[in-house]
Amino acid sequence: MAEEPQKPYMEGPMHSTTPVIDPGLTFASVTDKISSIVLKRKTSLAWFFGFAISFALFQLMLLAITNLVFVGIGLWGVNVPVAWGVDILNFVWWIGIGHAGTLISAILLLLRQRWRTSINRFAEAMTLFAVAQAGMYPVFHLGRPWLMYWLFPYPNTMGIWPQFRSPLMWDVFAVSTYATVSAMFWFVGLIPDFATLRDRARSKPFQILYGALAMGWRGSARHWHRYEMAYLLLAGLATPLVLSVHTIVSFDFAVGIIPGWHATIFPPYFVAGAIYAGFAMVLLLTIPLRRFYGLEGFITMRHMHNMAKVMLATGLIVGYGYIIEAFFGWYSGNKYERFMIWNRMNGPYNLYYWALILCNIIAPQFLWSKKVRSNLVALWIISFIVSIGMWLERFVIVVTSLHRDYLPSSWGMYQPTVWDWSMFIGTIGFFFTLLFLFIRFLPMISIFEMRTILPSAEVEE
Amino acid sequence: MSDSDRHINFKLMRDHILSLQDAEAPRTGKKYWRSLEELADTPEFREFVAREFPQQAEGWNDPLERRTFIKLMGASLALAGMSGCVFQPPEKIVPYVNQPEEHVPGKPLFFATAMPLLGVATPILVRSNEGRPTKIEGNPDHPNNQPLDFPAEDPYRDPRGSSATDIFSQAAILDLYDPDRSQTITYREDIRTWTQFVGAMRSALDEQRGKQGAGLRFLTETIISPSLGAQLNELRQAFPQAKWHQWEPSNRDNRYVLGGPVNTTYRFDLAQRVLSIDSDFLSAMPGTLRYAREFFARRRVSEANREMNRLYVIEPTPSNTGACADHTWTVKPSEIESIVRELAADSRQGLSQYPWLEPLMRDLEQHRGSSIVVAGDNQPALIHGLVHSLNNKLGNVGKTVFYTEPLEVNPVNQRQSLQELVDDLDAGRVDLLVIIGGNPVHSTPIDQKLDLTRLEKAKLRVHLSEYKDETSELCHWHVPAAHFLETWGDTRSFDGTVTIMQPLIEPLHEGKSAHELLAVFSDQYDRKPYDIVKGYWQSQQTGNADFEKWWRQSIHDGFIPNSALPTKTVSIPTLQSEPSPSTAGGYELVFRTDPSIYDGRFANNGWLQELPRPLTKVTWDNVAIVSPNTAQQIAGITTNRGAVKGREHYVPLIDVTSPQGATLRAPMWIMPGQPDGVITVQLGYGRRLAGQVGGNPDGPPIGFDAYKIRTAFEPWFVKGVQARNTGQEYALATTQLHFNLEDPNFSHEPRDIVRSQTLQDFLHSGSQGDHPTHDRGVTPEHPSIYPEYDYKNQAENAPNYAWGMALDLNNCIGCNACTIACQSENNIPIVGKTEVIRSREMHWIRVDTYYQGDSPSMPEGTSFMPVPCMHCEKAPCEPVCPVHATVHSAEGLNDMVYNRCVGTKYCSNNCPYKVRRFNFFLYQDWDEPLYQLRRNPDVSVRSRGVMEKCTYCVQRIQNAKIQAELENRRVGDGEIVTACQAVCPTDVIVFGDINDPQSRVSRLKADQRNYSLLGELNTQPRTTYLSHLKNPNPEITPETTGVAGTAEHG
Repeated sequence: MAEEPQKPYMEGPMHSTTPVIDPGLTFASVTDKISSIVLKRKTSLAWFFGFAISFALFQLMLLAITNLVFVGIGLWGVNVPVAWGVDILNFVWWIGIGHAGTLISAILLLLRQRWRTSINRFAEAMTLFAVAQAGMYPVFHLGRPWLMYWLFPYPNTMGIWPQFRSPLMWDVFAVSTYATVSAMFWFVGLIPDFATLRDRARSKPFQILYGALAMGWRGSARHWHRYEMAYLLLAGLATPLVLSVHTIVSFDFAVGIIPGWHATIFPPYFVAGAIYAGFAMVLLLTIPLRRFYGLEGFITMRHMHNMAKVMLATGLIVGYGYIIEAFFGWYSGNKYERFMIWNRMNGPYNLYYWALILCNIIAPQFLWSKKVRSNLVALWIISFIVSIGMWLERFVIVVTSLHRDYLPSSWGMYQPTVWDWSMFIGTIGFFFTLLFLFIRFLPMISIFEMRTILPSAEVEE
Repeated sequence: MSDSDRHINFKLMRDHILSLQDAEAPRTGKKYWRSLEELADTPEFREFVAREFPQQAEGWNDPLERRTFIKLMGASLALAGMSGCVFQPPEKIVPYVNQPEEHVPGKPLFFATAMPLLGVATPILVRSNEGRPTKIEGNPDHPNNQPLDFPAEDPYRDPRGSSATDIFSQAAILDLYDPDRSQTITYREDIRTWTQFVGAMRSALDEQRGKQGAGLRFLTETIISPSLGAQLNELRQAFPQAKWHQWEPSNRDNRYVLGGPVNTTYRFDLAQRVLSIDSDFLSAMPGTLRYAREFFARRRVSEANREMNRLYVIEPTPSNTGACADHTWTVKPSEIESIVRELAADSRQGLSQYPWLEPLMRDLEQHRGSSIVVAGDNQPALIHGLVHSLNNKLGNVGKTVFYTEPLEVNPVNQRQSLQELVDDLDAGRVDLLVIIGGNPVHSTPIDQKLDLTRLEKAKLRVHLSEYKDETSELCHWHVPAAHFLETWGDTRSFDGTVTIMQPLIEPLHEGKSAHELLAVFSDQYDRKPYDIVKGYWQSQQTGNADFEKWWRQSIHDGFIPNSALPTKTVSIPTLQSEPSPSTAGGYELVFRTDPSIYDGRFANNGWLQELPRPLTKVTWDNVAIVSPNTAQQIAGITTNRGAVKGREHYVPLIDVTSPQGATLRAPMWIMPGQPDGVITVQLGYGRRLAGQVGGNPDGPPIGFDAYKIRTAFEPWFVKGVQARNTGQEYALATTQLHFNLEDPNFSHEPRDIVRSQTLQDFLHSGSQGDHPTHDRGVTPEHPSIYPEYDYKNQAENAPNYAWGMALDLNNCIGCNACTIACQSENNIPIVGKTEVIRSREMHWIRVDTYYQGDSPSMPEGTSFMPVPCMHCEKAPCEPVCPVHATVHSAEGLNDMVYNRCVGTKYCSNNCPYKVRRFNFFLYQDWDEPLYQLRRNPDVSVRSRGVMEKCTYCVQRIQNAKIQAELENRRVGDGEIVTACQAVCPTDVIVFGDINDPQSRVSRLKADQRNYSLLGELNTQPRTTYLSHLKNPNPEITPETTGVAGTAEHG
């Protein structure tokens, strides 16, 4: 592909007129450009390299899980009082990351934010893969993971239902619903593109594969009508889920009696945090991908700026959450709450707390500056810092609340073990394995939707 | 294949089929067991047991190691099975034709016996399930455990005798089934038979016969057993030149000052003022169970009784008794002499260095005849002498303090006794040395060390012991000793009451008792312990016409009536001695027996190793205890917290050097209340050949060996000790991290956990206890969104019980008996040091220790708080479990359904009391057949991945309910006794039906001292506490206290 001349909307500061797509593109060139990544371009060595590393880490995860199931949960650093550690923390972290996708796809679709089109496919895929990682933790953090099906309300000879009062029970529904709807949403959105790929694929196996996935899509007006309806309905369904999933995840803590968990601010604070983390992750992945696959024409600076602004806004909400937590620690007059805040700031895990403040409150403040938002390297670094910050936030919530609760006699310390880290790094490997497969075999940008936002599409309307 | 072959095969097959048919019935379900037993008999397994067991280093100490070990063991069994690769031969099992008398399958039987420690008996009652002893509790019928007099209206009154026991006798059940116990007689490491041993001894004895046994030496521990003593005395008559030496490391030599051996007993229930000079009479002393019970009988404040006794403690290092005292002064060991001299002096001249002495003495003098001054066994003879004269002066002798003949058959000064043996050994005068019990190679002081060079001079050495320990290693013959539950014997309790010890089980291995071993040296070398013990008592009961009946009765009851030693009068001399020279430079060192493993004999007992020491909460190790100031001097730190975060469990290792130049490397532990300049170390650790649990050559040492710097002439206190920081660190496994005193925020904003006040405040201003919100009739202050539990939902005509518990913090001495009782009753596993470091200990009931006050070096008081499950009315654990694994029972119990638990651990997170315990690994040893024998059959053995916690001993509740239902009545008050309650020496724990207003627990809960722990969380716990009371002397104020701390609560 020939090197294209530098265009203002691809790099550098943004103006209000910056388009969301390279106006020079046509229907044909959009289709060509996106589908060629999957169909024509030679798989690069870098892809193989990246995939190999991810796949190796994925194997590490399998090893960690196998060992865990055979030997026991004691391989991790959890104990009494800190019976949840990096496991639940990672669950919340991954679920949080999985929030951007649906938000971008569904809410922005309903709000008719056209700029979402070029990133939604990718963000949805990321969501799905992140939820897959998250979903593993609640299963494998169990003492007896082979009995996890007891958490589902299925008819059984014992005549026992799950305990519907338990937030963990709600989690099961919230996360599984979210995963199902996200997967459907993603798949439905892919159908027209599968048809495009089917038509363009030159090898028989791919024709069959994409043909099967396209489910007989012919692009008739009727198809399009049905499609639009289904997509809109799914978007409507997914929208409340964006809010509900993390709200319910936050109930895992808020329903608890432990100081540092028992807080009414948790639901909005968690949802904002999730969107925050999700956008950080989208930026983290989009910036290099866009560069690598030359997608600057599709994902323009307008997208970067918009995502940075969403990050800044949600980051401020999260910051407000921290302040309110501290405020209530003091204002409640409850000595346990007060101690909890004191302990976060001065206790043995205070480094985590201050690092969290630095990562999640201080770092995103740079996004006020247009210059920073326009600097992709800076944006990437801030996204990275925020991702770490959100991990730290969950560490602070889960671990520092538990490690010193009511009776000082039971206070303890928590230290993740090598198996905790193996599992975590392994899930990152698994995530990237899926992501590499996705960008290699599926159109990472919605072809047909991109066509609708072309200026030529508008003229026809 | 030829025809003949086919014929043979056909026949084999037919035989096989026939045999299968024959065995059809018993095959189901039994096959596995049978094959296991069979496999266990294969040579591979025998070899494995003989070789692999002792070598599996640290097996218990590291769960991962243990796992591989179990895997290896499983593999070995599997391989052994493969080698056969045939069908198991059919074996018929047959039910009882004549059922043993009194035996109902599934119902336990109880047998009375006694556990000797330091020779002194703790009377016990052993539960036996289908012939397996499974649990040890105190013998409530024993005179030592008789109920104390309480007025009928007093809620404390318990008409039953006490079944109190200490941790050692309870944990003995684990020793019985210890797979590390020595199992065969060996001669120079080769297996021998008993006959061969007897032959060898007889021929050695024949040599001695000519010289009247001049080369024959017996070394025993303290012998109180009358029959064993008689045997030894007979031996000495037969061999006049033979010598009998007695020695054990924690001997009580220092008590013999009254012109001859004498035994002192006390009546604490008659004393209103008690002064303890370094005597831990509440938790570590012969008779301690009785003494603690009597002492606390005087401290129970109720509607009926508004008075308390008062305890003063002067001690060189904090003890449980000091923690319970109204005034505690911790002073340097060298100061004690001048303090006691000043106390004993007829007139005090000038201003004392200790301003509190004056009011203290005045208080004692005001209670002439109703006070006790008691000196610790470790204190030098001089102190004991002064204390005797002090008691005499206060008119206590004959009223609260009594003298009797000694308990020992042949009381000797054990230091001298050992010295004589050492001299004889050095002079080569010993031909045959018979060591009965004990582990002198490990535990003798450095200047009397029975090491290889010294022992080699004895031509033939024999050692009888339960383990192949350091001493067995240096002896030619090793004879495995029978556990006290495996053989006959007799012993005396602290007041002399005799118990005839009966066996509960045949020896599991080839164990021999001391009686049997001594019989080898007599003419009747094949007498059985039963005949020896019975024969002895028959000779004592010559006037008894119906000896058989007497014998049966004595064994059944667990004691011989009226066998307590009569009191006698002794003349108490006035001591004339020069004051000891004042202190040399350097630190002072205090030796103590370890609170858990004693002198090292319980080193291989996992329950005891993992039991948090009462004040330090350290497990699996001994430590060098210092004060914060001394720690500052030695290592530059004042708190135990490691300097680096994440290394909180690490403490500095220090070198302690005795004046003789012997050095010891020990982890330093900072303890509040320890006097400055004093280092306390515990004996018994650093065992090289204890076993898988207590240390063996392949594993790292467990603890350090304090005997290495102990001398015979300064066995308990050493002056002029040097200490130096090595710069190294050591990981200690503690169950209660040491944040309590260090966190400024914690101490500035006190949490309402232990409520404590002075008696005076209590009487004047009323209680600090809250009003009984535990009562379900009262609408809770903070409503819940969930409906109240419907207790009417019980079966029709159900008796409508509501179980509850009250714990009186006023009485808790922190002795840990409840923790061990629970461990034994509920099949609770041990997890090993690494797992304790990771905060994964499994104890269902723990004893928390809290200090009061702001100063870490001088705490204002110490409180113990036993914490079982609270069985909350509004249990936070219940609604968060997604699978209904923890549910509320109709009687208010918070039940744990192990089978349903998937292990989310949410319940533990949400428990504000953190009483839930999780099986992070497979902590239970499912494969060791000996452990299978030990377990309580009424309690499930939990597997990996499930939560567990205190059940209020639901199995005991159910048993009592079934019995009551059969008899068509309600369960009576006091009928259900939880395991922790049963063994508590001071009746801290009271359990019962709170729907019955007359039950003891209801009456205690109605007491104004009653309060709920963390009640503000609206958990409405069924377990409540009664606040702690102190009774300080109003004349002793902080001003008069001077430098030393006071237990007064501000």
